[in-house]
Amino acid sequence: MVAIEVHNLSKCYGQVKALDGVSFSVERGELFGLIGPDGAGKTTLFRLLTTLLNADEGSAAVDGLDVARDYLAIRSRVGYMPGRFSLYPDLSVEENLNFFAALFGVTVEESYDLIAPIYKQIEPFRKRRAGKLSGGMKQKLALSCALIHRPSVLFLDEPTTGVDAVSRSEFWDMLSGLKEREITILVSTPYMDEASRCDRIALCNEGRILGIDTPEGIVRGFDRRLYGIRAKNMFALLERARTATDIVDCYPFGERHHMVVDDGFDVERFKAQLGDVEGLEIGGVEPTIEDIFIKLMKR
Amino acid sequence: MSDVVISVRELTKRFGDFVAVDRISFDVHRGEIFGFLGANGAGKTTAMRMLCGLSYPTSGSGTVAGYDVMREGEKIKRHIGYMSQRFSLYNDLTVWENMRLFAGIYGLTRHQTEERAAELLDRLNFSSERNTLVGSLPLGWKQKLSFAIATIHCPEVVFLDEPTGGVDPVTRRQFWEMIYEAAEGGTTIFVTTHYMDEAEYCSRVSIMVDGEVRALDTPLRLKQQFAAESMDEVFRTLARGALRGE
Repeated sequence: MVAIEVHNLSKCYGQVKALDGVSFSVERGELFGLIGPDGAGKTTLFRLLTTLLNADEGSAAVDGLDVARDYLAIRSRVGYMPGRFSLYPDLSVEENLNFFAALFGVTVEESYDLIAPIYKQIEPFRKRRAGKLSGGMKQKLALSCALIHRPSVLFLDEPTTGVDAVSRSEFWDMLSGLKEREITILVSTPYMDEASRCDRIALCNEGRILGIDTPEGIVRGFDRRLYGIRAKNMFALLERARTATDIVDCYPFGERHHMVVDDGFDVERFKAQLGDVEGLEIGGVEPTIEDIFIKLMKR
Repeated sequence: MSDVVISVRELTKRFGDFVAVDRISFDVHRGEIFGFLGANGAGKTTAMRMLCGLSYPTSGSGTVAGYDVMREGEKIKRHIGYMSQRFSLYNDLTVWENMRLFAGIYGLTRHQTEERAAELLDRLNFSSERNTLVGSLPLGWKQKLSFAIATIHCPEVVFLDEPTGGVDPVTRRQFWEMIYEAAEGGTTIFVTTHYMDEAEYCSRVSIMVDGEVRALDTPLRLKQQFAAESMDEVFRTLARGALRGE
């Protein structure tokens, strides 16, 4: 069954086309990722789907309900964690949770089993003001509040932005736990390496979707050979490699440069063309989501 | 001119009982790209504020661009460049107006401003965009311009505070190529990032945990030291031991 259905959705802010004819659907219980940089239209999409904004064109349904017509019904069924910390900094952890429960006409006790795996980690600080919590703890409280009314669909807008690598990984573990409770999750992130934690992903840029598939499927779509190269002077290597024959693209990629090559590419000829490069290493590498994103952006 | 642009010993910052930065010591050399990493709450921002002359250390000693971190905060501010992703340029001003504004803030004369602006615009191949509103430029150009303007007063070191957060993969790489190029030309770069692949682009990387610098070396030697495949793994190994949050 489909939990989110988006058809040809567009939204402009003045001259800026924030969303430009976006279509996709998310199955019930799916963990679906919107992967893309700032300005991709991720937040606009969340605001349209949570009925906080009306689209200029197109239609969308959440839980089978139309976002324009059935907006009140949708609001009680979805949980939304906006990109910015959205809780009351002057209320304590416990007060925030009770407040959101009261808004939705439920009690914390009724939903405790659902939020427990997350809330238990911050429960020792339940008397602390939310504004005084660490970034990771704020995130856990915000997620607990978004879940308090047992929503069927959860919208998480960049929950891991600006969070360090360890806390990010812990957050994704929590989402995997929620998935087992059959909650549909639409989550956005600018970090490409988080894509593999999703069932399916949409790569987004400048209001459009560049591709939708499972993370593995997206990677399989890379149809060219890819090499990793390194040398003592990485910057000089980058400039020289770009001038060699049959190089489609060459860009920094962590400890190596990634080099996309044409069918005619020959390693020996490449080495000869580079000439004397100290500490040169070259070898085939597997593409990642980020390689695909770069390829799609440059197309 | 000395080869050491930043040199700090036992630099400490306390807020009441809380030791935000705990006796950090390191040197940054001319032309180096120095990566400054740490988990949330490790004390990175506090340390960076002290190095930029925005906050005086509680104890310790050191110099940035030749000025004393304990006494000469104002002089440090004049002799460093700073760029962050959150705040860089004014969208409602043109390229030239932004340059003139920042040059003015750093006390360049009218003549110096003209000369530097022409030089930077020429190097960026940007002379035709002199009167374009910054808000209408593509992100990649804005970033290049932003970096150029951070160096308008020829600082000895440029501090980049998460310069690529939320930036698309292509633009992010263009930005790093520019950093590579600047470092080749002798500019010293001090940079923070949450992208671990970017840690690999640094000459040396320091990793802060609980207010202390727990590791400092080239990416290659750090990976050897921690028997790790990637800088991501090195970072995780260190940050998992953190006792305090943000």
